[in-house]
Amino acid sequence: MKLLTHNFLTSNIIKGVKNGYPLSILPGKVEMKEVDFNPEFITRMLPKIEWSALQKAAKECGFEEGLPDTVGEEQLGDTDLLKRVHKALLEIEVVEGKLVCPESGREFPINNGIPNMLLNEDEV
Amino acid sequence: MASGGRPERQAPPEFFYNEDEAKKYSSNTRMIEIQSHLSERALEILKLPDQPCFVLDIGCGSGLSGESITEQGHYWVGMDISSHMLDVAVDREVEGDLILGDMGYGIPFKPGTFDGVISISALQWLCNADKKYHHPPKRLLKFFTSLYAAVARGGKAVFQFYPENSSQLELITQQAMKAGWTGGLVVDYPNSTKAKKMFLCLFAGGQPQQLPKGLGEEQSSSSHVSFTDKRERMKNMRGKNPKTNKDWILSKKERRRRQGKEVRADSKYTGRKRKDKF
Repeated sequence: MKLLTHNFLTSNIIKGVKNGYPLSILPGKVEMKEVDFNPEFITRMLPKIEWSALQKAAKECGFEEGLPDTVGEEQLGDTDLLKRVHKALLEIEVVEGKLVCPESGREFPINNGIPNMLLNEDEV
Repeated sequence: MASGGRPERQAPPEFFYNEDEAKKYSSNTRMIEIQSHLSERALEILKLPDQPCFVLDIGCGSGLSGESITEQGHYWVGMDISSHMLDVAVDREVEGDLILGDMGYGIPFKPGTFDGVISISALQWLCNADKKYHHPPKRLLKFFTSLYAAVARGGKAVFQFYPENSSQLELITQQAMKAGWTGGLVVDYPNSTKAKKMFLCLFAGGQPQQLPKGLGEEQSSSSHVSFTDKRERMKNMRGKNPKTNKDWILSKKERRRRQGKEVRADSKYTGRKRKDKF
């Protein structure tokens, strides 16, 4: 699972959970996977990204990439920043580990890079 | 799937798409061809802008449809209920991120995440109650409501699916509209049993948009019967022998000429009555 996906993932499908965001990551195995840099896509995603959640997730995975707290208009042309964001969003890959819902404490296992978001009968 | 019968009737998706079935999706070239053809058509209907977009693929399976998304330069997240299918996707090293989840429980994403949604041959699974506590209309509504939230305003969702009968079709569209979606069905090749493909094309708010046209709809598009004055003509000719009529003779000559037969040239005497004394 990439941090891009994690940045949008919530556990609010569990019954009784309001926000379920951001999910904490308990990493087991984290890999770096090279992905082609696409500045256009990163620029498009910038306004959608929740920076505090991304910073937290990167820290949990053991990366401190110097991510910004917010991104303003004037920073959009900053290629260096875009590259750092690209690395955090697309190249960090959580292969094994767990996601934890901040409200209910429910754990979602990550196996083979795939988070298991299946619920039990009583959680629907 | 070609072995006959609907897979939905055989077992729940997480069991039907077992290792053997999943393997087919990476080795059976016919299946791969059909899947990628369908996803290309779905993307065509989705009509994403030229910039790279963030797309959700529901029922992504082994990531065949995702490959078409990647080819068009977009980024995607795939969701599927079968872990075996997702393992195949990991083995195939697809570009998108994968999530194991049940769409009937809702889409676990923040509001406004995706620019577009596609789904190939997955939606009909929601019409089944595979567990005791499953209630298809409720699951459909939950699915459509949470999806509506997860899509950015003005976003689109295109589902290719195989409804088993008209009541399933009605249930699906009804629940989608209840959740706030607008749009409707696009049917490709409606007159063919085999090539017929249904796409549910939904819009999440934004400007009212027009549904794209289905393929092979040219002949069927005129729902009304075209006007013909044949009956009128026959009525006017009542009591007369139609074959002595000049128009009829001319048209018959024309017909024979078209057939390549030897026909005398038309003249002012054509179709005229002979004189009495003759």
